[in-house]
Amino acid sequence: MTEPIIELRNVTKRFVGVTAVANLSLALRPGEVFCLLGENGAGKSTLIKLLTGVEAPSEGEILVDGRTVHFRSPRAAREYGIATVYQEVGTLPLMSVARNFVLGAEPTTGRGLFRRFDKEKAATLALQTLRELGISRVADGDQLVGTLSGGERQALAIGRAVHFGARLLVLDEPTAALGVRESATVLRLIEKVRTRGVAVLFITHNAYHAYAAGDRFMVLRRGEMLASFDKGEKSIGEVIELMAGGAELQSLLTAGEAGVVGT
Amino acid sequence: MAKLKGPQNASAGTISRRSNPLTSLLRRPEAGGALAALLCFAFFAIMAGGNGFLSPLGVANWLATASELGIVAAPIGLLMIAGEFDLSIGSVVGGTSMIVAICTGYYEVSPWIGVAVSALFATLVGLANGLIVTRTKLPSFIVTLATMMMITGGMLGLSILLTGSTSLSATPSGLAEWVFASNYQQFHVSIVHWILVTALASYVMQNTVFGNWVYATGGNAQTARLAGVPVERVKVILFVCASLGGALAGVIETLSFKNGNITLGSQYVFTGIAAAVIGGVLLTGGYGSPIGIIFGALTYGIVSLGVFFLGWNADMTELFIGLLLLLAVLANHRLREWAMGRA
Repeated sequence: MTEPIIELRNVTKRFVGVTAVANLSLALRPGEVFCLLGENGAGKSTLIKLLTGVEAPSEGEILVDGRTVHFRSPRAAREYGIATVYQEVGTLPLMSVARNFVLGAEPTTGRGLFRRFDKEKAATLALQTLRELGISRVADGDQLVGTLSGGERQALAIGRAVHFGARLLVLDEPTAALGVRESATVLRLIEKVRTRGVAVLFITHNAYHAYAAGDRFMVLRRGEMLASFDKGEKSIGEVIELMAGGAELQSLLTAGEAGVVGT
Repeated sequence: MAKLKGPQNASAGTISRRSNPLTSLLRRPEAGGALAALLCFAFFAIMAGGNGFLSPLGVANWLATASELGIVAAPIGLLMIAGEFDLSIGSVVGGTSMIVAICTGYYEVSPWIGVAVSALFATLVGLANGLIVTRTKLPSFIVTLATMMMITGGMLGLSILLTGSTSLSATPSGLAEWVFASNYQQFHVSIVHWILVTALASYVMQNTVFGNWVYATGGNAQTARLAGVPVERVKVILFVCASLGGALAGVIETLSFKNGNITLGSQYVFTGIAAAVIGGVLLTGGYGSPIGIIFGALTYGIVSLGVFFLGWNADMTELFIGLLLLLAVLANHRLREWAMGRA
């Protein structure tokens, strides 16, 4: 098994009066899609914040490439190759595909006073990356991002992150606001990114999407791990049951069965 | 560790990056402003062509009006693209006017000293506006309204303290007169300044990394920040540019009219924003172009002088510009909806 890029060991995060994440351990490996499932308030958002340097753990440690790290800021996490793709603010609708793609890392040509933004190169990079991710409808780097479909926008944001060196891609509900076809596009994107050796943390409500894309799964409930399993270990029916009726399920199980689900 | 490299080679040359020329023309932010300028020009050329609107003097007059507005509106437009307003700009023009008059008219020093003090004054005002807005996160609308009043009041007080008067004459001389207040035939040198300021603004927006940051800052500051754009620095720089644009207009007008006046340029608070919006700048930021603002300023010059040549009351200018502004805001709004995919 490949070495994890990032690992959480017995991490707990407490806010005043609330334990958001309790004693959680997980490992994210290159070329694997790790699905994080759970209802609202299960601790998914806190977990993302811990991984991306927005919050620091109260207890436990975070390891990158086997070494303990303390992210001081989201920027510090990004420098380790941890990229988050935000659904709402990932791209700028009134800017062109090319300008969006290179934002913050613009290619330049010329020197000194004549150093200028290389628009041709920006367009070439953007279109090439989109094409590699299977988006062929976008053929004009000057096209405004607002005129792209939801799936194409996600592709641009994901392609951008991967192009600029992301090793772990955190996707927070990337299919939540999308239709069936657009969701399929995003799932294909996840597959493409995985085959390039990027680790993907895929947060979703949708068991079908998780089942289609994931290699490993973890179900959270009130900050604790409810279940953790690999692809093929559970049927989609079991996954849906875990997600939808975690509480009812627990109460119906015998002690022995609960032990099985809980590991 | 496996650092992922982006795609380097591949057949990039085969990708067509241009779509149909008409679509790209209409998609440009300056399309609406160009149309407004063209229609206004056609209207007044037909209605007032015989009254001198098309004579060299007439053309020189509306170009002068447009150019003075354009010098102020170009940097104001960039600031608006970055999502902020500057209402203090009119008071910077007036304040600069007082400074130049106090220096040249009262102390009788070289106009260049007036220019240097004006530039320093404008830089400080811009820095103050920018730092207050970015540090406090208050709307620039209210912050610059406050600085506008402070500048106007403070400058009047300073003028009385130093000279005992608030109305002073300014005396241009030498090279400074040639640079800021000369005419070629009937054409005022401010047209050259307008072209230079716009060319610089256009180059920055189209061809520099900073330009990309300006669009991103106004498009969504949060997204820009996540991508590593120094949003606060971008805004402070643009506030300083806006003030410097106001100072340039103030110097030009004061040395041309040979008179220092605190109310000089007070109309730019509104006409500057109007020119930018008619030129296609989105009120909410993130979209627009300096070339579009040229057309916005040109429209204003054409309408105000067109109304004059027709012999109508000057108030009709306001009516016209107000109507155009309303149409422009509606058109820009529609464009934004379309671009956001909600049309």
